[in-house]
Amino acid sequence: MMQAEAPVLDPIFGRLSLAALPLHEPILVATFVAVAIGGIALLAGVTRYQLWGYLWREWITTIDHKRIGIMYMILGIIMLLRGFADAVMMRLQQMMAFGGSEGYLNAHHYDQIFTAHGVIMIFFVAMPLVTGLMNYIVPLQIGARDVAFPFLNNFSFWMTTAGAILVMFSLFVGEFARTGWLAYPPLSGIQYSPDVGVDYYIWALQIAGVGTLLSGVNLLATIIKMRAPGMTLMKMPVFTWTSLCTNVLIVAAFPVLTAVLVLLSLDRYVGTNFFTNDFGGNPMMYVNLIWIWGHPEVYILILPLFGVYSEVTSTFCGKKLFGYSSMVYATVVITILSYIVWLHHFFTMGSGASVNSFFGITTMIISIPTGAKIFNWLFTMYRGRIRFELPMMWTVAFMLTFVIGGMTGVLLAVPPADFVLHNSLFLIAHFHNVIIGGVLFGLFAGINYWFPKAFGFKLDKFWGTVSFWFWVIGFWVAFTPLYVLGLMGVTRRLRYFEDPSLQIWFQIAAVGAGLIAIGIGAMLVQFYVSFRKRKELLDTTGDPWDGRTLEWSTSSPPPAYNFAFTPIIHDGDAWWDMKQRGYQRPLGGFRAILMPANTGAGFVLAVLSTAFGFAMVWYMWWLAIASFIGIVGFTIYHTFNYKREFHLPLEYVVRAEEERTRMLATVRS
Amino acid sequence: MKLRLRSLAVLPLCAALSACDMVVLNPAGDVAAQQRDLLVTSTWLMLLIIVPVMALTVIFAWRYRHNNREARYEPDWHHSMRLELVIWSMPLLIIICLGALTWLGSHLLDPYRPLDRLAPGKEIPEDMRTLQVEVVALDWKWLFIYPQYGVATVNEMTVPVNQPLSLRITASSVMNTFYAPHLAGMIYAMPSMETRLHGVLNSTGDSEGFSANYSGAGFSGMRFKVRSVDDNEFQRWIGMARAAQQSLTRDAYLQLAKPSEREPVRYFSAVDNQLFDLIVGMCVEPGKMCTHDMMALDERGGLGMAGIYNVARRSGDQPRAVFGADHSHVIGICAAPVVRTFEDDLLPQVDRSPLRGAGLPRPAPSRSGSLLADALDSSSSR
Repeated sequence: MMQAEAPVLDPIFGRLSLAALPLHEPILVATFVAVAIGGIALLAGVTRYQLWGYLWREWITTIDHKRIGIMYMILGIIMLLRGFADAVMMRLQQMMAFGGSEGYLNAHHYDQIFTAHGVIMIFFVAMPLVTGLMNYIVPLQIGARDVAFPFLNNFSFWMTTAGAILVMFSLFVGEFARTGWLAYPPLSGIQYSPDVGVDYYIWALQIAGVGTLLSGVNLLATIIKMRAPGMTLMKMPVFTWTSLCTNVLIVAAFPVLTAVLVLLSLDRYVGTNFFTNDFGGNPMMYVNLIWIWGHPEVYILILPLFGVYSEVTSTFCGKKLFGYSSMVYATVVITILSYIVWLHHFFTMGSGASVNSFFGITTMIISIPTGAKIFNWLFTMYRGRIRFELPMMWTVAFMLTFVIGGMTGVLLAVPPADFVLHNSLFLIAHFHNVIIGGVLFGLFAGINYWFPKAFGFKLDKFWGTVSFWFWVIGFWVAFTPLYVLGLMGVTRRLRYFEDPSLQIWFQIAAVGAGLIAIGIGAMLVQFYVSFRKRKELLDTTGDPWDGRTLEWSTSSPPPAYNFAFTPIIHDGDAWWDMKQRGYQRPLGGFRAILMPANTGAGFVLAVLSTAFGFAMVWYMWWLAIASFIGIVGFTIYHTFNYKREFHLPLEYVVRAEEERTRMLATVRS
Repeated sequence: MKLRLRSLAVLPLCAALSACDMVVLNPAGDVAAQQRDLLVTSTWLMLLIIVPVMALTVIFAWRYRHNNREARYEPDWHHSMRLELVIWSMPLLIIICLGALTWLGSHLLDPYRPLDRLAPGKEIPEDMRTLQVEVVALDWKWLFIYPQYGVATVNEMTVPVNQPLSLRITASSVMNTFYAPHLAGMIYAMPSMETRLHGVLNSTGDSEGFSANYSGAGFSGMRFKVRSVDDNEFQRWIGMARAAQQSLTRDAYLQLAKPSEREPVRYFSAVDNQLFDLIVGMCVEPGKMCTHDMMALDERGGLGMAGIYNVARRSGDQPRAVFGADHSHVIGICAAPVVRTFEDDLLPQVDRSPLRGAGLPRPAPSRSGSLLADALDSSSSR
């Protein structure tokens, strides 16, 4: 064998050299400068106010599910800004690149942007936000003190963050994948993508995937094993039910993603031929496998939000949820069906009429339970007394937006229609219609709904309303043109256009993106203003919306131990039932509470994993070996950590409960 | 109020829509038109339920608002068997209709199925030939081979109006999607695989086709002209292509396949008549074993130990996996010529019997997958 062909690798830096820094891309240089200045300012601020110790003790090493939940939400919102910046750049490019102009982005940059946009929005925005919400709410809703495996929870969060950090690295060191967000081979194989982009993609997803999978296991065990006495499965709040189903999907689907990415890495690193054109490789196998993960993934994202809408509708209509059991069965049916629809993502690969019809019809069948859910929310509103607070506004906007997205989704499930709409901007409009109109609106409903629980004060309604209208109108202005363009036969991922009649639609879409930008800005202002006005917006009751489920029985924010006494459940709307029956909060008889102890192990392992991923991307073998040994070694070392639990002293519990009593008294007086 | 706002917003949109060219809703080909019909029918079917739901949402949201004290308030009403039945059966009924449409549509409009008409009510004449076109997606241009005429073009597909087309589609390197919106929907062009598409264009005129699946840096410029012309013009055009200087040999193809962007239209006379099969078999380079031969051998147990040594290192500086072996390929062991026949020149019979549960029979393959396999079969039977 001749080895001379192989490029000589630097023993220390591997493939990494100064040439990997994108100094020739002015946009990236400016971004880097801005990020560097912001980062330095942040670090200086933390140092100036001596917050390092606080951050380390109270946040980085925390195993409290509530704080981890909040950190997931922060991660999701930061990454939303990055993913949205990509979206704006694409909108500008497609708006400009007409009449011989190639716009302001070259292919090398533009192709990274649409790949990064998809990857970031799904894996590092939607997933952390959904996981964060489940992490925060589920234990509170089932009357538990924490999740089943508190350390694992911390570890999962930091692994997800490590994946996100690796993606952010690719912005300034090297490049990201230029393959589209699912990296279909052969394009993503070593022959057509020899650069580091796909490797960044693989390792970011693999590392974050560990976090997602473990967090799925964790929440699954929590819901199955840690419900308060009396809470049978059919008395669980709907949000907990949908979280249960989502975590079943995570546990069953993510290993498929891990496996298919392992096969792709083997192709790229050791020259196997799973998905190559030669030597019996089969790229279509990758497409099948990735969608066997990919389709359940969209239900992983949407199901918990269906739960949020159920909670919000029932609370703000002041009514028990209509058709609780049909809601539960609908969720379970969707969970199962989501595994037998994956082929609808590639009807046009020539699977034959019978196969296509089978998958088309199974896809349509999913719309039946989904439709039933919409009706259930509708009839919860019927004869209710609807308070149009922000969460309810988002819910109504969701119902009106999502049904359109559902309809276009069923259209795409009709194979002959898909033959003319596949990969078109109509498809793009469809999935943004369901992901923004379903997942994101739900997250905003959830954030506005549970924010007072997490922070002790409500979010400002004025800025929330501003954000709401800009988002909803902005969404329709941005994506209706894409539906139209899809019907004009325009497909996705194009960098420039020749037909001048298309330009007006891209311009309208860009205006929509601008409106959404204002919506995001207003949301950030909302957080800031609410923080400034936190005294006025204070929630002393712990139950600002007249809620129905257990989380509202605690103080806002809940104490570290959640519940001083484990509640006994008699009804699906446990807290509502307790209120109806004149529940008296116990004022004495407290005991010291056994709590899991903080640990930095998750953080350390995630840092080592980031180093490992970075080393594998750049072929720095010494670092890869060292960090891998570090990971294994530190894991073994951590097993000898016997200080896993501690007793929260009685005085602490008594003090916290007295504080709660005092707060409640201010309400009554 | 929301609804009113939206309907206002839709009005100017409709005006604008009629001004622009909605090719998907107004195609020139019969197959694309049938796909459009299905799209429109399905939309109406679903609107039957979508519109009432949206209306009810707005009505309930308004009627049961908090400060409307006249509306009934029943905080404990949460179940109604009758309503539940309606809730589940209404979508079910619509999906049953849509499912039936899907089953029929998927089979009747299967891109692999030869056409059974030229246009609504217009049968295909007995003696009409199907125009065969072999399509190859290259980095980043399209190659169209006309095997019946021995010519080929780059980035231009000229076809006679009202004549059935049968396309065999493949790709040289990465996945693309062949899409000529006026013709008949899209289908992937994939390396080492062959897909098919049948269609017809019912009016003359020029339009555009392109790749609908991202395939790398030059993807945006991967467009081709679709010309639908009358028979005389088509014959003239073939004559022009036949007069082209360049011929498309295996070497010429390998040159053409190298990545390039926004290639001008080009014509080739004298096309190697095995070329398309060699492209599908990934064996245009001399000495490589074709994939269909490889599969045929493997089906019979492979070459055993001999197979390990039956490889040759490939020249060139292609990127390779960091811990992988050098680039190599399996050496062809049989130089059996692939002989092209055009037995489906004349239209194959389309089964016009009504659809049954199992759907329509798949069209029989025009020839067996591999000549090597045939040879092995005949030798073993001997």
